[in-house]
Amino acid sequence: MTLHIGQPQRRENARRHLAGRGRFVSDLALPRMLHAVFVRSPMAKGRILGIDIEAASLCPGVVRIFTAADLNPRCQPWVGTLDHFAGMQSPPMNILAEESVLWTGHPVAMILARSRAEAEDAADRVLVDIEDAEPVTGGVPVLQPGAARANDAADSNLCYEALLQTPDVDRAFAGAAHVVEAGFTFGRHTAVTLEPRAVVADYDPSSGALTVHQGTQTPYQFQDVYARHFGLPEGKVRVIAPDVGGSFGMKLHVYNEEMGAVAASLILGRPVRYVADRLESFVSDIHARDHDVYGRMAVAADGTILAMEIDDLTRIGAVSAYPRTSAAEGNQVIRLMGAPYRMADYRGKLSVAFQNKVQTSQYRAVGHPIACAVTEALVERAAEATGCDSFEIRARNLIADDAYPHVSATGYQFEKLSHQACLARLRGMMDPGALRAEQAALRARGIYRGFGIASFVEITNPGATFYGVGGARISAQDGAVVRMLPSGDIHCAISVTEQGQGTETIIAQVVADQLGVVPERVSVTTGDTATTPSGGATWACRGAGIGGETALRAGRQLRDRILTLAGALVQTDPATLRLAGGAVVDAATGAPRIALEEIGRIATYRPDTLPDGIDHSLTVAHHFAPGGYPFDFTNGIQGSLVEVDVETGLVTLLKHWVVEDCGRIINPLLVDEQIRGGVVQGLGPAFFEECQYDADGQLTNGSLADYLVPMAVEMPDIKIAHIETPTQDTILGAKGVGEAGTAAAGAAAMNAVNDALRPFGACLTQTPMTPLRILDALDAARQERTAP
Amino acid sequence: MKVLVNTIVNGAPVQEAVTPRSSLADFLRDDLGLTGTHLGCEMGACGACLVLLDGAPVHACLVLAVQAEGGRIETIEGLTETGAVADLQESFHDRNALQCGYCTSGMLMSAQALLARNAAPSRDEIRDALSGNYCRCTGYEAIVDAIAATGRARAVTAAPANTEAAE
Ligand code: FES
Ligand code: FES
Repeated sequence: MTLHIGQPQRRENARRHLAGRGRFVSDLALPRMLHAVFVRSPMAKGRILGIDIEAASLCPGVVRIFTAADLNPRCQPWVGTLDHFAGMQSPPMNILAEESVLWTGHPVAMILARSRAEAEDAADRVLVDIEDAEPVTGGVPVLQPGAARANDAADSNLCYEALLQTPDVDRAFAGAAHVVEAGFTFGRHTAVTLEPRAVVADYDPSSGALTVHQGTQTPYQFQDVYARHFGLPEGKVRVIAPDVGGSFGMKLHVYNEEMGAVAASLILGRPVRYVADRLESFVSDIHARDHDVYGRMAVAADGTILAMEIDDLTRIGAVSAYPRTSAAEGNQVIRLMGAPYRMADYRGKLSVAFQNKVQTSQYRAVGHPIACAVTEALVERAAEATGCDSFEIRARNLIADDAYPHVSATGYQFEKLSHQACLARLRGMMDPGALRAEQAALRARGIYRGFGIASFVEITNPGATFYGVGGARISAQDGAVVRMLPSGDIHCAISVTEQGQGTETIIAQVVADQLGVVPERVSVTTGDTATTPSGGATWACRGAGIGGETALRAGRQLRDRILTLAGALVQTDPATLRLAGGAVVDAATGAPRIALEEIGRIATYRPDTLPDGIDHSLTVAHHFAPGGYPFDFTNGIQGSLVEVDVETGLVTLLKHWVVEDCGRIINPLLVDEQIRGGVVQGLGPAFFEECQYDADGQLTNGSLADYLVPMAVEMPDIKIAHIETPTQDTILGAKGVGEAGTAAAGAAAMNAVNDALRPFGACLTQTPMTPLRILDALDAARQERTAP
Repeated sequence: MKVLVNTIVNGAPVQEAVTPRSSLADFLRDDLGLTGTHLGCEMGACGACLVLLDGAPVHACLVLAVQAEGGRIETIEGLTETGAVADLQESFHDRNALQCGYCTSGMLMSAQALLARNAAPSRDEIRDALSGNYCRCTGYEAIVDAIAATGRARAVTAAPANTEAAE
């Protein structure tokens, strides 16, 4: 069964990209297509007194200018709350600002012209009169009663709060030999997909059909959103996501601009294209993180972790994102704390606050980097307090590999993880003894190196408990249609999508193994609601685990269908037959009985020669929803080796290690590159990436010249090893892997930097760990030492 | 008002009327349909738009179409057709040195230019040469590996054939 599953199959679709033949939405041009440009609020909060579009509408090439009054009525407003987040509030949002502007970049008018350049020229001529108001851009005080509100349509700045606790948590702290604690700040950053958000909405009034070409991970979700919010029959809405130039969670949220493109196309009956330019991406793509966390850990004298207490304040935008909300990240932060450890008691408090900045929401590894960094930094402090080393304290506290199933203090159920095996493997790879010796020798020469490690769990393969129970119309199931062509080649249309992870390749591998063919004979279609069955698509690391299982089960049904037909044709009991080498073979001897193309030929062109009543349909459809555990957690551990220049604060990343357990590995080539890409997206915000705002709510570094993303020269080589613990919930046994790298890379790096700075007593608790912050930490430590 | 621009694009002469403010990238993508050249920032930072102008990589987002007058432009489509980067493309494919593919054309341009001036670059030199190429998906290591492997393979092919005689 597993001839190709587990093999480093290359990606067939990579060839197109290598030849410059990618098909991105930003490449698409349709007849009569108009180009959209948005006029945006230059201030973070204010009241619109007037918009003068007269001069702009006379500009060459301009076809139409919309303000809220003519565009918004076409669209049902959206509200970013979920029922299972009890007490959550978020005011409704619509395409263009009506009375208030709520963040710098909030769209207030939309211009449609023959070209983007002409639309931009006209945008410069739109006069917007806004009465400035004091924006809410701060932290804790905004939640005090009577504080000025970020969004006057909300009754306070509190979007959502949650409390999670075990009954004995206070007793655990009271009885602890040591309590270690620290406050952490995780900066705001953003996805920076290399292809910006892109949409071409194409409404045909003659047929009533809306086709939306959109760079997104989740075409079905948008089919549903457009149907409901624009009052269209779902069957008349088609969403096509062709090649997507990066997404990482950012392209599955509802944005004003995409809704605007659809509304404008509905009104004008012409294709409308909107492609964000990079400056617009910074003020409209979701941002991520922005958390202040206070954490405490109770530790016994022998280093046993007894309990944690967490207070997380996260600042979102002026509304919560739709349809997944801006509260899901904080919710995961407080639930993932301490997850790798046996720790029995816990209290986690979450406050989600509105402010006048770009909305935050789900981006790769939602919540994980924060929970992991806080937990692992406190574990290091516990190690120091109890005289353990980094490996020893984890060995004492990690959930034992034979102690599953296990329920975490925060209520997560773990089927089976492999923390101890991962720790042992990492120790072998890193050789901490040698690293310590090298560190000591270099310190003597004024060179400061440090290493740090971080254990993690990652949420993958989510079931309906993730969003469905909260009333969100986000599918937890996926579907596949697998068919054999008359030639014996196989086609699979599936609801999971491709953004370069290799989804189509692993689906081909899985299907190939069910049907005894090589993956080259399996073509895969994704990303089109009209040609693939409905499903959740690709997010939260569900492509391989849920998509793969869907394909496997569909493939097996087709296999059975083929064997039944073959049994009739060669007059043999189908139970004595199997598929291999592109043919039906004798199960015992492997001797070929009939080739797939022969079956395809007869079933298609000569069904009259088949026995009466036999089902000759060589197409099966199957949908699969994960059952069993609510999530398939994965686990692993990462290590980081850094060198800090204590004169300049510059950090050199020397090496990074990952040991990861994502269950059954379908394609090791793709898995490793998912991990590497993920690690770099974790190291970016740890050292470079930050959306910096001033007190007026202006983003001061919103361009690719100012916002730093990790470059080749700054990134280390990344060594990867695997432990394989397949989930028993599925036949395939695969779990997700796309977010694992991002989950713990920053945590390991923060521990490494602090290890390097240990001789100075300096300690970083804020990301990104910029040279300036490192020098500040060194200064603070120096002052503390010299203080009387 | 449009102006005429005469260039050689991927080996073929092209005469096209363009608006004076059109960038070379817009000219290639919108007027000639060569969409293998991508736009990631339109300010010379990301490298997605790199093309070869008279053999040297330039940011097509920063160069105006009119500045290419009389120039010889090669895009990924042309380099693919001539086979000039076939080995690099194969190495990238083997090593899975691309995911979404949006940075890939620009990466191939930088790689080709690097290998032309330094046939056997070290890993550090490769990382350095990619300092104007953003990739958000891969984490860069596979790209470095693929370029290094191509450099090694080209060195073998280019090696003088007299080693056999010496045996
Ligand atoms: S688009 Fe030219 S460098 Fe980014
Ligand atoms: S492969 Fe997506 S940006 Fe490089």
